[in-house]
Amino acid sequence: MSEHSTYVPGNAVEKWLDDRLPVVRFAKEHLMDFPTPKNLNYWWTFGAILVMCLGVQIVTGIILAMHYTPNVAMAFDSVEHIRRDVNGGRIIQATHAVGASMFFIALYIHMFRGLFYGSYKAPREILWILGVVIFLLTTATAFMGYILPWGQMSFWGATVISNIFTAIPLVGENIKQLVLGGFAVGNPTLNRFFSLHYLLPFIIAAVVALHIWALHVPGNNNPVGVEVKDSRDTVPFHPYYTMKDLYGMVLFMIPFAWFVFFAPDILGHPDNYVMANAQVTPAHIVPEWYLLPFYTILRAIDFNILFIDSKLGGVIAMGGAMLMLLIVPWLDTSKVRSGVFRPMFKWFFALFAINFVGLMYLGAQPAEGIYTVMAKVCTAYYFIYFLVILPVLSRIETPKPLPTSISESVLGKNAHA
Amino acid sequence: MIGASNMNIRKLIITAAALAAGLAMAPAQAAGGGAHVERQSWSFGGIFGTYDTNQLQRGFQVFREVCSSCHSAHLISFRNLMEEGGPEFSEAQVRALALEYEVADITAESGRRPAVPADRWPSPFANDQEARDANGGALPPDFSVLAKARGVTDPFPTWIFNYFTGYQEGGPDYIHALLNGYHEEVPETAPHSADGTPFQLPEGKHYNDYFPGHAIGMAPPLADGVVSYAESEDGQSVPQTLEQYSTDVAAFMMWMAEPHLVSRKQTGFAVLIFLVLFAGLMYGTKRKIWAGIEH
Repeated sequence: MSEHSTYVPGNAVEKWLDDRLPVVRFAKEHLMDFPTPKNLNYWWTFGAILVMCLGVQIVTGIILAMHYTPNVAMAFDSVEHIRRDVNGGRIIQATHAVGASMFFIALYIHMFRGLFYGSYKAPREILWILGVVIFLLTTATAFMGYILPWGQMSFWGATVISNIFTAIPLVGENIKQLVLGGFAVGNPTLNRFFSLHYLLPFIIAAVVALHIWALHVPGNNNPVGVEVKDSRDTVPFHPYYTMKDLYGMVLFMIPFAWFVFFAPDILGHPDNYVMANAQVTPAHIVPEWYLLPFYTILRAIDFNILFIDSKLGGVIAMGGAMLMLLIVPWLDTSKVRSGVFRPMFKWFFALFAINFVGLMYLGAQPAEGIYTVMAKVCTAYYFIYFLVILPVLSRIETPKPLPTSISESVLGKNAHA
Repeated sequence: MIGASNMNIRKLIITAAALAAGLAMAPAQAAGGGAHVERQSWSFGGIFGTYDTNQLQRGFQVFREVCSSCHSAHLISFRNLMEEGGPEFSEAQVRALALEYEVADITAESGRRPAVPADRWPSPFANDQEARDANGGALPPDFSVLAKARGVTDPFPTWIFNYFTGYQEGGPDYIHALLNGYHEEVPETAPHSADGTPFQLPEGKHYNDYFPGHAIGMAPPLADGVVSYAESEDGQSVPQTLEQYSTDVAAFMMWMAEPHLVSRKQTGFAVLIFLVLFAGLMYGTKRKIWAGIEH
């Protein structure tokens, strides 16, 4: 992408450096001059917000690790020690715990934005797949992080989720024992989850670097979904989008701070203030809210399908629900990217979003009565949306006429206004 | 083909409407079971709430004279009692109080010595088994974070409003309700067992409206007049009633669980005011930069 470079080394030192390691040139090309469509809306600021979230989690997490003790006898009290006796500990710990929730809010918005505006379509398939990989890694990291405070929900959540592995034929039990480091959740589990919880964020950061690289090859998609035609369609990333993204980040920090300072425990479960106890099972075992949609899909399969029993079926459905995202670019073959110009897609997408919230809600309810029926309906729609609706719509839908360029769409919008 | 998919849309919209209706109804069923816990008016409730020092001191008195004979609070140190935002006893008071207790110390001559402010609150029993043996098999839970380990499940849509009001007082509400929820006899409102037989209270248990399963091991710990509150200098006195004791001790337990609540909220105001003003400046700057661009 060197054609965008307007970098001229300013002095002899910069020239010397540029001939050996052109970091300044790289930064100027990719962080300042990078041509970015001028019509991006605020949904596009969530990429930068997610980078901020990852940074906040890593910084607060490193500080927490300085005071935390990964041992089943001491972990619970060491988290309380951080809250009570470490300088600023209550706020650092709350930022990390609330930060996980804020991370997922931003992550889901970012993904739904991609799904609506068709950001996964050619030539951005790799960009999308890397994003799905980041989502999976983040889910794993968050899940392992939730074990560390060693409360009742930590312990029983880990017990329920690790039992998933036993559904795999033949090797399931061995995989479970490898993951837990024993026959049940215990000290080895806590230690390895702590180790991996510290490692994975850095792997996520590396995949984020690839994600941004893959973004900078084709450039950004945009709300009308028409490719950039010439330089009139774009503005340099700096100062236009550095400023807009920073503004988005500050806005995002307002609800973030609200939870950290005024309701730090409201997103958690009271049972996690009870130390883990293998002898006492909580009345309802509920994972964190961001895992609930997939937990519902896991529980929705409560019937056997041919030779697949309900347990394995649930695991396949839950794994499938996540992994299916990887092939979305090939399920939706419509040439039109943006949902704005797809009159039928729009409605199915809106329903998909409502359905996702429904799945989330159902995950927190006991699996009985009307809830199991609703869980099946919502799970069915989740799969039908990707496997039937997207491919069929691509063939039968007549999209609205597209503007010829981003500039034209912008002028048109302002003429109407 | 298009006609068929329109049918689909209609069907799906009907499904969505049914789903939404279900969402609105469902938690009403979920909320059944225990009796409804009344919300109390706590001085530390809401975003402007702070602890009432006098109430915490009274709550400490109830804890010390009644609760602490069975319940431990192993994360609390004597020094916490003089810290800002808590009961704020004077240092002299705390030192004198600590001296009344003995703690184990292998470096002391007899293996025990009088406590100092840096020591943790001594537990009434040496271990969980001793605690169970002394309490009919039931383990009295540790008080350190108990007020945050209990909560109230609110029906839809109340729990959504809670995110905006910052309601975090479910624990003290539950504790207050529990302490006032005892019955000497099994009441008529007691739920029948699954096979329709009347509620059977196991030997040595007590009936409580709010305890899950209603059969609680703890005998009613508080009653009118069991703790003597000091009169203030101007002769004003606080009622010595179960209602007052339970409110005071629930407040004290919330402080034990969340000792930095006041400073956390104070910092929060500074942070939020800064962020709102900063966001305003950022918005102005962003508009200025984008002013010349059609977008």
